[in-house]
Amino acid sequence: MPSDARSGRRAVLNRSRLVSRLQLAAMYAPAMLLFGAFVFYPLLSGVRISFTDWNGYSQHYSYIGLDHYRKLFRDPNIRTAFVNTLIYGIGSTIVQNAWGLAYAMLFNRKFAGRTVARAAVYLPVMISGLIMGYIWYFMLQYSGGALNDAMAAFGLAPVDWLADQRRAVSLILFITSIQYVGQAMVIYLAGLQTIPRMYYEAAEMDGVRAWSRFRRITLPLLAPAIITNVTLKLIGGLQLFDLVMALTAGGPGFSTHSFSTMINYLYFVSQNAGYSATLGIALFLSIMTITVVVNRYLYRKEVEY
Amino acid sequence: MSRTWKIMLPLVGALLAVIHLLPIYVALSVALKRPTDLTSRWQFPNYLYFEHFKNAFIDGELLRAFGNTLVLTVSTAILLVAIGSMTAYPLARIRSRLNRVWMNVILGVMMVPTLSIIVPLYSMMNRLNAINTYWGIVLILTTYNLPLSIFLYANFIRTIPRELDEAAKVDGCGHFGLFYRIVLPQLAPVTAAVLILKGLKVWNDYEFPLYFLQKPRNQTITLAISRFFSDTSFDFGSASAAAVLAVVPVTVLFLALQKYFVSGLTDGAIK
Repeated sequence: MPSDARSGRRAVLNRSRLVSRLQLAAMYAPAMLLFGAFVFYPLLSGVRISFTDWNGYSQHYSYIGLDHYRKLFRDPNIRTAFVNTLIYGIGSTIVQNAWGLAYAMLFNRKFAGRTVARAAVYLPVMISGLIMGYIWYFMLQYSGGALNDAMAAFGLAPVDWLADQRRAVSLILFITSIQYVGQAMVIYLAGLQTIPRMYYEAAEMDGVRAWSRFRRITLPLLAPAIITNVTLKLIGGLQLFDLVMALTAGGPGFSTHSFSTMINYLYFVSQNAGYSATLGIALFLSIMTITVVVNRYLYRKEVEY
Repeated sequence: MSRTWKIMLPLVGALLAVIHLLPIYVALSVALKRPTDLTSRWQFPNYLYFEHFKNAFIDGELLRAFGNTLVLTVSTAILLVAIGSMTAYPLARIRSRLNRVWMNVILGVMMVPTLSIIVPLYSMMNRLNAINTYWGIVLILTTYNLPLSIFLYANFIRTIPRELDEAAKVDGCGHFGLFYRIVLPQLAPVTAAVLILKGLKVWNDYEFPLYFLQKPRNQTITLAISRFFSDTSFDFGSASAAAVLAVVPVTVLFLALQKYFVSGLTDGAIK
């Protein structure tokens, strides 16, 4: 009876499909559970907390609607932190990409001591941003700091490096860039090695100038490396925390705070958990928006080439 | 290459190396000087003085901090390798709409900043009595380092030819058997990359331990060092010695495994 045999085989197939589905579910389950418990649940409960005046530890709190969101837009300290977050995020993305690409072009040539120099540029990437900040403290200290010592040797007056907002923010941008430029460099170096030599040779034979070779060959073919680097730096820079904590802890006043350090301040120091959670949501949305918009733009560019 | 370039390049390279290592040199010079020695920090001491390092070790309880950090890093790394590879396999092999959604979820998680969820996460862990426990922070560190681990594994698995998979399927191997017997044994190179990249991230982490490990007994290295520097009138010498000591293990590891570090960073980066 052929029809019986067929239905029997179908039953076996169905059972094996079910087993296969279950196995798949089992393989996905641990990651799903972790994301659900430690990412999505907190994200949602953060929205709830942002509607309350909770102080972070008491049993009692009340719902205050959108008050924190309204406050967020009027708070001058939040405005400063927002501008700084953009400087740390977008600024360090631009600086590190340009700087890292320049290093990659340099280290793509063979010369004596190349390996050692490249390792020296890359080594700071390994170090915690917090510890790097502390290490830089010995350079920047007002009395006895290495930089002011050098200034004195040239007959210049000592500078209180971190006392002025503009200078402090620029220094934080500079230090995070000089620490992590090695990461961008290494990714660009790997990208450069994927570009076939003959493209350059052909262009050179046609008399194409160095700058045009860079614009027309190097940059377009580096697109994947550029996208990776820009994404990495944006996500990292927009949530900068440890370096700011080590160098200024947001001071003087509130002038060097990023969103991340401000969240920590509002939660730990002012015990305003509700407001802190609101700023957390703002930080998440800012990173999401900026990264997605920039990525879209870069992918469109890549397709164009 | 012209002759001037040939002479200039090594000089430029040497100059860059000096500039990038300068802050570490200055910190080392502070750590090695007697407190009474007020000479410039550019000048290395011409005597041996290790008192600051001794202080850092004893007062800062650095040995315990190293031990704690090692326990956290190793446990997190094991979970990352196990869960990361297991999640990545079907994600890389099966094309379905559900998997595309899943991949976007993972990408989204990568963009969640630590501090943005710290208030609700802390209150949740508090309710679970998980503050100051290792299991609590290990699960959190695993969760937030998992997306990139899954990505690296998925990218690597896509490059493995499917012939063996098909053969095993014909022999009646299920998804799990296929993963465990056929795919897993081939994952050594990408596992090295995950261990290095993510191990370093966990080792250097500051935000999560700051919130979830508040007892001096279970503090990590970054916390131990920050204790030195957060005193208003801190002892410069011992603090810099502590910072230098924290840099040593990472440096040694880097110099020993340089090749893997660089390939680990770049393998997943460019398609």
